[in-house]
Amino acid sequence: MSEKKKDELLHDHNHDGVDRRGFLKCMAWAGTGAFCVMKGGVLNSYSLSRISEISTADMMGELSFVQISDSHMGFNKPANPDVAGTLKAAVDKINGLSSAPEFMLHTGDISHLSKPEEFDTVDQILKSATPKDVFYVPGEHDVLNDDGKQFLERYGKGSKGAGWYSFEKKGVHFIGLVNVMNLKAGGLGTLGHDQLEWLEDDVKHLKHSTPIVVFAHIPLWSVYPEWGWGTDDSAQALAYLKKFGSVTVLNGHIHQTMQKVEGNVTFHTAASTAFPQPQPGKADSPGPMKVPAEQLRSVLGITDVNYVRGQHALAVVDSSLA
Amino acid sequence: MRRSVSIAGLAAALVLGTLGFGTGQNSYVASAQEKTSTMEVKIDNFSFGPVTLTVPVGATVTWTNRDDIPHTVVSTDDPKMFKSKVLDTDEKFSFTFSKAGTYPYFCSIHPKMTGKVIVQ
Repeated sequence: MSEKKKDELLHDHNHDGVDRRGFLKCMAWAGTGAFCVMKGGVLNSYSLSRISEISTADMMGELSFVQISDSHMGFNKPANPDVAGTLKAAVDKINGLSSAPEFMLHTGDISHLSKPEEFDTVDQILKSATPKDVFYVPGEHDVLNDDGKQFLERYGKGSKGAGWYSFEKKGVHFIGLVNVMNLKAGGLGTLGHDQLEWLEDDVKHLKHSTPIVVFAHIPLWSVYPEWGWGTDDSAQALAYLKKFGSVTVLNGHIHQTMQKVEGNVTFHTAASTAFPQPQPGKADSPGPMKVPAEQLRSVLGITDVNYVRGQHALAVVDSSLA
Repeated sequence: MRRSVSIAGLAAALVLGTLGFGTGQNSYVASAQEKTSTMEVKIDNFSFGPVTLTVPVGATVTWTNRDDIPHTVVSTDDPKMFKSKVLDTDEKFSFTFSKAGTYPYFCSIHPKMTGKVIVQ
């Protein structure tokens, strides 16, 4: 049977170009998170959809955790009418890991419309995950209508300001930042003066050798400012982290995986557990990509763009995790 | 812009005049027609269309979200003169502009989306 034949639609019930089998295959890209492992103070991030290709040795380290993002609970349109199903699929993958992660990070857009029942559904699904601790930062979809009040009540205990905080795990300093509040017309994500001051103070007394992991919803590097994929005052935040030898920044928001290394900082974005978004500038807008089952393989192919450090400038290579 | 509006109003008045309506009523009907044809802003592909909308004083502008993703309509001034709740697909928001001026606004979820209403 040819590849094309295999991907043909059998039953297109919703007339959205996706049949049940195609939908289950969609889970290969949608129902994903990232497995992160800290080894020798350096963090590596692997897509859960490709986890079978990673050797057991690569999965071992001082500390491992999982990043999931952009669950968009409540979204019900093509190409994913069942975002609860794909989140469950992500949890199944997490529970199936041979090396159990210590905790999970959710980098925002837990809900689609900030509705209480949407948060409830996500909480319920994540309860079945093996790692019991989940650390959250809000996405812009989680703070609609109430300036993030509900988000803070649910997930922000012990946090500062709009929900930023830090914690230590096995010598690694984790920092959750909020860049989806008080957005200005024409601008990008914003951290704001108060949060930046807090950040400067938070890392002031840490040893330079402490590995740092920063997580926030909107990318802290300029992925594609034309679509708002960046944070206006991220340079200031990164300046406070300059003294550290190992800094990893984990983001969501753009519903695709990207990596980039810049000096001491490695940036990663995680895929969405709900629906994919187009590559920067490859569509009229960053709206959800409607992916027919027969195009799935090409979608899988383009998500592995990997930015690596060259001698003087950044080089871009395609890579696979195999 | 102003000129074309008054010509349209005059044409409508002439048509209605021949049908036997009174003059006062004619101008009312003409302005109502003007409202329904031009005071809509559509949200498509993460943009407001038209980006700049010019309306007469007292006009009610209605925004409709036609994207798969929620958006908002929020004036950029502080304090906010108008601020919609979050608009899901096909939901609408209306605001009546009672004073002349230029009113820039944006989507507070996707701040790269900006637009302007000019009231004159």
